Amino acid sequence: MNLTLYVWKQKSKDQPGELVQYDARNVSPDMSFLEMLDVVNEGLIRENNEPIAFDHDCREGICGTCSQVINGIPHGPQERTTVCQLHMRNFKDGDTIYIEPWRAKAFPVIKDLIVDRSAFESIIQSGGYVSVHTGGVPDANAIPIPKEDADISMDAAECIGCGACVAACPNGSAMLFTAAKITNLAMLPQGKVEAKKRVCMMTEEMLNQGFGNCSNHYECQAACPKGIKVSFIAKLNREFTKAVNIFSEPGE
Amino acid sequence: MQSFINSSVGRKMLVAVTGQFMILFIFVHVLGNSTVFFGGLNAYAAKLHSLPLLVWITRIIMSTVITVHVFFSIQLTLENWKSNPGSYAVSKYQRSTFASRNMIWTGALIGTFLLFHLLHFTFQVINPSFAASANMDALGRPDVTFMVISSFQHFISSIIYIAAMIALALHLFHGIQSSFQTLGINNERSMPFITKSGSVASVILFLGYIAIPVIILLGLLKGQ
Repeated sequence: MNLTLYVWKQKSKDQPGELVQYDARNVSPDMSFLEMLDVVNEGLIRENNEPIAFDHDCREGICGTCSQVINGIPHGPQERTTVCQLHMRNFKDGDTIYIEPWRAKAFPVIKDLIVDRSAFESIIQSGGYVSVHTGGVPDANAIPIPKEDADISMDAAECIGCGACVAACPNGSAMLFTAAKITNLAMLPQGKVEAKKRVCMMTEEMLNQGFGNCSNHYECQAACPKGIKVSFIAKLNREFTKAVNIFSEPGE
Repeated sequence: MQSFINSSVGRKMLVAVTGQFMILFIFVHVLGNSTVFFGGLNAYAAKLHSLPLLVWITRIIMSTVITVHVFFSIQLTLENWKSNPGSYAVSKYQRSTFASRNMIWTGALIGTFLLFHLLHFTFQVINPSFAASANMDALGRPDVTFMVISSFQHFISSIIYIAAMIALALHLFHGIQSSFQTLGINNERSMPFITKSGSVASVILFLGYIAIPVIILLGLLKGQ
């Protein structure tokens, strides 16, 4: 099939970008979306044109680097899918496809469709860890954890940190990401020790990095390739309530 | 470390709690209004004003609540605008609603309406000839019923009230369920119920409030 692409081209962080039209010819419906872009890029390189810069790594839906908004939806029209797992059979011959990078102040565009997601790392560094003594490997089941708690924690751990939640959020908020990381740890005994400090530090870092505030649009849940739910945001809010005393510094 | 009122979640919680206070208030207010249908509005108003302590405590609480709600909503919204560098060439909303994306504007409309409403029926300076303080009923009470019915017989007045109630309904349609989420007083099982109840409550409040201008405009409630 043949497609018309409008792709965001931007030379660097500080230069303005624009949508550029490309034709994708002889696209197989069995190709993944990234393979389709590979074919377009090969054509561009053959004709000595600059290829479209896009991020990719695992190509099996777990690395979270393919930060593309396709026709207005992060990671494209198929639910719970990353761009590499989105196949061209989801499109029709003659379709026009708009491909844009994540748009959020906290995720500056590096080039074309590649954005800098270091802000997520800063949020993790601010508190997304547990402080444990290193040493020998502990025995399995040495710390009993209820099955329900382990399940919720593992559901939250599914977050791959791709940033689709931020890209989808009209406020550019990173609450779903932060909530997933906080829930992941707060559900487990090892994470409870630093839970109060963690929720305060991570939400503060979220603001410092230039992300917006959550106003419960729930676009993030719809866009998440891993099905992270907004109920984790409610969990974050409860963790915050436990952490703060209005009359003293939070998390102290 | 930042304080509660500098934090993202803390400020959202203040907006949520103050919003819930206002929802309580407008429920009581719509019940009070409904006395106009049974000819009891003058008695209700007279009784209310014979309890100045109650009236003034409510006024002080509501002014504080509104100030906090408006201040933090504007502050948070400005931050959110700053975090979003510009729109997509193609944007497709999947879960958000017209109501959720326009909270600041429906809020601004409600705030503007509130000023008008206070000038209209509390300070009674918009139509001084209808003012309840200037017209007494047969029992010597301020004639609130006359003021309300005469005002709403004016098409423009009624339209202003009905339009403001559309903004209120939209604001509550998102605001009620959103406040529960922000305060974390929900879970996956209760969330669909809370969302539906919030929508139903906003429709009930909308109908309850517009009933008065609509019924008066239709000439079904004429006073003495």
